[in-house]
Amino acid sequence: MSVDRYILSLSDNSMILGHRLSELCGHGPTLETDIALTNISLDLFGQVRGFLSVLAARQGSDVTEDSLAFLRREREHFNCILTELPNTDFAHIIVRQYFFDVFHKMQLEVLQQSTDQDIAAIAVKSLKEAKYHERFSQSWMLRLGDGTEVSHAKMQVAVNTLYPYVHELFDLTEWEKELIESGVAADTETIKEEYYRLIHQTLAQANLSTDGLSNRYAKGKHGMHTENLGFILAEFQYMQRAYPQMEW
Amino acid sequence: MVEGQIHIEDSVIKAALESVPDPEVPVLTVLDLGVVRSVKLKGNTVYVDLTPTYSGCPAMDTMAVDISQALEAKGYQAIINLVLSPAWTTDWISENGRKKLEEYGIAAPLDELSDKRALIDGDRVVKCTNCQSTNTKLISQFGSTACKALFQCEDCLEPFDYFKCLK
Ligand SMILES: [Zn+2]
Repeated sequence: MSVDRYILSLSDNSMILGHRLSELCGHGPTLETDIALTNISLDLFGQVRGFLSVLAARQGSDVTEDSLAFLRREREHFNCILTELPNTDFAHIIVRQYFFDVFHKMQLEVLQQSTDQDIAAIAVKSLKEAKYHERFSQSWMLRLGDGTEVSHAKMQVAVNTLYPYVHELFDLTEWEKELIESGVAADTETIKEEYYRLIHQTLAQANLSTDGLSNRYAKGKHGMHTENLGFILAEFQYMQRAYPQMEW
Repeated sequence: MVEGQIHIEDSVIKAALESVPDPEVPVLTVLDLGVVRSVKLKGNTVYVDLTPTYSGCPAMDTMAVDISQALEAKGYQAIINLVLSPAWTTDWISENGRKKLEEYGIAAPLDELSDKRALIDGDRVVKCTNCQSTNTKLISQFGSTACKALFQCEDCLEPFDYFKCLK
């Protein structure tokens, strides 16, 4: 069912980015940023639980929140490539987060009016959190982009790497188009212009440039991923694969 | 208009719920926090609707178990149902709860606008819980739990948590 796939795609963005952030637990550059990044991860996983428990209840039989989280293969994940790209350094972490946070917030704003009541309820809840995430990542964009020579240079490298994947956030798949018609999915075309306006405004304020950068091939929403996802799943799913149906 | 604090008819049930603390901010009960959205007694079973503060709040499962145990101790069966809508807001924290937070050393949430000024613009509007001065600065937007930010008073130097406004 296309709505199931849509719920997974929303959930997978949060789950894969949430996992990337969880990798930083105990490794953040300072105690405060370490705590902030893991708190954001926790929010994202909370949203995932909301989505996957709804989906498990709808699919019934032996499908559970956990089986959906831990037993899908790479091709069965529909997150955007941006969310699975490696942490690399703090600049990459912040730029990735900022590009995602602005999109996430705007997408959730639209989804509050989804005709699917469960999606709408999770969107209302998650939006409040996404706003905090954006405040955090945006403030670091400015501080580092417009900071020292070194911090600026590192941020520019991160922008060069990550900006070419931003376009995929607005990629509309066939199954998504149907759902936009029926008012279930968010029509991201309606927020695209404002999104680019906002991020370019921040990039300009932070002295960062996107000149000469072109879009890179990205089809995560079609289940086509970079090699990064395989490594993420190997760690993320290890316990359930090694000890099937284990519980805490 | 959704009210933060709900009315609970049965005094035994109310007392049971009043005995359940938020595991992360133990000075608040689940009623003070406003996460109990509805309580219905049918026969000997109490149906409780519970809403999370933050989506990923790890205290939710503990709260649900603690509420069940408190009700079972009074001879009831308890069925806890997790509801997401309407979404929790810090406006649902009771007046008494806000007072208890302050006494405990956690600054209570400001209104949405002042909250933004404090967390984004770095304005000095959060009152120190130790000396009441507003000469305080933001140390970290995220604190010991998802719901708090870390501040420090520049007059008495006390570091303290601020319960962020969620609306
Ligand atoms: Zn003070």
